[in-house]
Amino acid sequence: MSTSTLSTARPRAAVLRTEVRLFRREPGGIFWILMFPTLLLVILGSIPAFRESDKSLGGLRLVDLYVPVVVLVAMITAGVQSMPQALTGYRERGILRRMSTTPVRPSSLLSAQMLVHGLAVLVSTLLALAVGRLVFDVRLPEQLAGYVLALVLAVLAAIALGSVVSAVSRTTKIAGAIGSAVYFPMMFCAGVWLPVQSMPHTLARVVELTPFGAAARALGQAASGDWPGWGHLGVLAAWTVLLSALAARWFRWE
Amino acid sequence: MCRTGSGRDPRAMTTHPVIEVSGPRKSYGGRAVVDGVTFAVEEGEIFGILGPNGAGKTTTVECVEGLRTPDEGRVRVAGLDPVADHEQVSRVLGAQLQQSELQAKITVREALELYASFYPHPADWRPLAEHLDITGQLTARFGKLSGGQKQRLFIALALIGNPRVVVLDELTTGLDPRARRDTWRLIEDVRGNGVTVLLVTHFMEEAQRLCDRIAVIDKGRIAALDTPAGLIRRASGSTVISFTPSAPLDEDELQALPALASVAHKDGRITLAGTDETVNAVISLLARQHITAHQLRVTDATLDDAFLDLTEASA
Ligand SMILES: Nc1ncnc2c1ncn2[C@@H]1O[C@H](COP(=O)(O)OP(=O)(O)O)[C@@H](O)[C@H]1O
Ligand SMILES: [Mg+2]
Repeated sequence: MSTSTLSTARPRAAVLRTEVRLFRREPGGIFWILMFPTLLLVILGSIPAFRESDKSLGGLRLVDLYVPVVVLVAMITAGVQSMPQALTGYRERGILRRMSTTPVRPSSLLSAQMLVHGLAVLVSTLLALAVGRLVFDVRLPEQLAGYVLALVLAVLAAIALGSVVSAVSRTTKIAGAIGSAVYFPMMFCAGVWLPVQSMPHTLARVVELTPFGAAARALGQAASGDWPGWGHLGVLAAWTVLLSALAARWFRWE
Repeated sequence: MCRTGSGRDPRAMTTHPVIEVSGPRKSYGGRAVVDGVTFAVEEGEIFGILGPNGAGKTTTVECVEGLRTPDEGRVRVAGLDPVADHEQVSRVLGAQLQQSELQAKITVREALELYASFYPHPADWRPLAEHLDITGQLTARFGKLSGGQKQRLFIALALIGNPRVVVLDELTTGLDPRARRDTWRLIEDVRGNGVTVLLVTHFMEEAQRLCDRIAVIDKGRIAALDTPAGLIRRASGSTVISFTPSAPLDEDELQALPALASVAHKDGRITLAGTDETVNAVISLLARQHITAHQLRVTDATLDDAFLDLTEASA
């Protein structure tokens, strides 16, 4: 490690530690990202019809399909609702500017926010998997490596999408409006109202081209023991690259 | 306060002024907001930038901080370019911005520790917090602090890297008079520790009390650069004479007084601005005409008067 990476590692770690602490002080973020997805799973799973095995779903129950769906709910909430509020707030209130006068680049604040939201999604995922397993007897992902890969790609796509929302929103108000506008279509694609596996064929084909439609399919496949389709993983990676490029191009520091 | 003295470059201490601003220009939408401001600040000085709102003060000092890039002209801090050598400059320059905040839920202590971790040789934040009288707020969140406490925290953050130079932009705006006076004492202490201070203000009293030299900026240009006393002397009406005459005075004779800058009548009271020469002339005029001057007052003009004079002259 060169001396310059050494000298920036300590402040970067300090910024991350601070952002983790601050995230833990936000009851809204804790509830909507960490608790709500699992709560949704519990509510849906307590409907008897959701626990009946369905032949058209290859013998799976709806509650089995909903575990990946609520994981995506956590991701979408973190990416397009929570993170853009934080980032645009930091810009609007001059926090990034204040940091620009120190030897540490304000970009370390942005990357810390991304990491914090990514970690929150991970915790939320573990919670949903655990409750699914313990309460509804949902089997843990059988193709674990594939599941982790799909999960990581999906989190990256969610953060890239959130970065675009932050980049195009001049204020937290605008970020809130754009975030909500993006939120519901993304939730639909993730299969909150109707899992992608149960959508009519043509609709499903289209939805699978969106980041969270593809993520839903990839996570579903890995959960039931298959390697996630490369097509779905490719769609996720392509969205991540495209959205990151747009965010980097459009982001303004002031 | 707690300077370690390390991290200083002895070369820059002796030969060059610590801040050099040579004619930067900055335009927004085709309008020049800063138009060729030139000054140099010596090590250990408190240098003031004074001017009306919108004069270009913040734009000027933000070029010094490297937050803005001038369209042309040269700015150096400790011999370094604040934009190109941003990282090095930010190690020797502490800034308090006119408008900035911290995360609403960060505590004072966390903010101090976080910002201390950014610097290679930070000050110990404990004595700093004590000196700034924020030890009682260490566990309070930024969003819950009063305006004065926020300002004091920002001063602490500006000093936490053990800088050679601090830039303070409208530090006392929004503070009550008492907090303002406390802050002034603090700035004097900071300078007492050998730190150079670049102070932006629009309070005359503040500039007059604190600054060794002042650049008066108006419409993006320097209208005058001098010591506070020099600026006052330079203004055309540096002495003010006021009295209530026992009988009316002839207006033509008043106007003919030497070195007269202005005459004002109000409720039978006459106020003249001029120099010592004007004072002598008006006294002999009154004596010649056997007029008594009731409540005669002779006062020195303040920086306020000088400022109005200087910024009006360039209007
Ligand atoms: N980023 C900017 N974009 C457009 N105009 C600006 C910008 N920054 C400053 N100005 C304009 O430049 C002028 C000087 O601003 P500023 O340097 O903040 O003045 P001061 O600090 O003396 O009050 C103001 O008229 C302000 O509106
Ligand atoms: Mg200003």
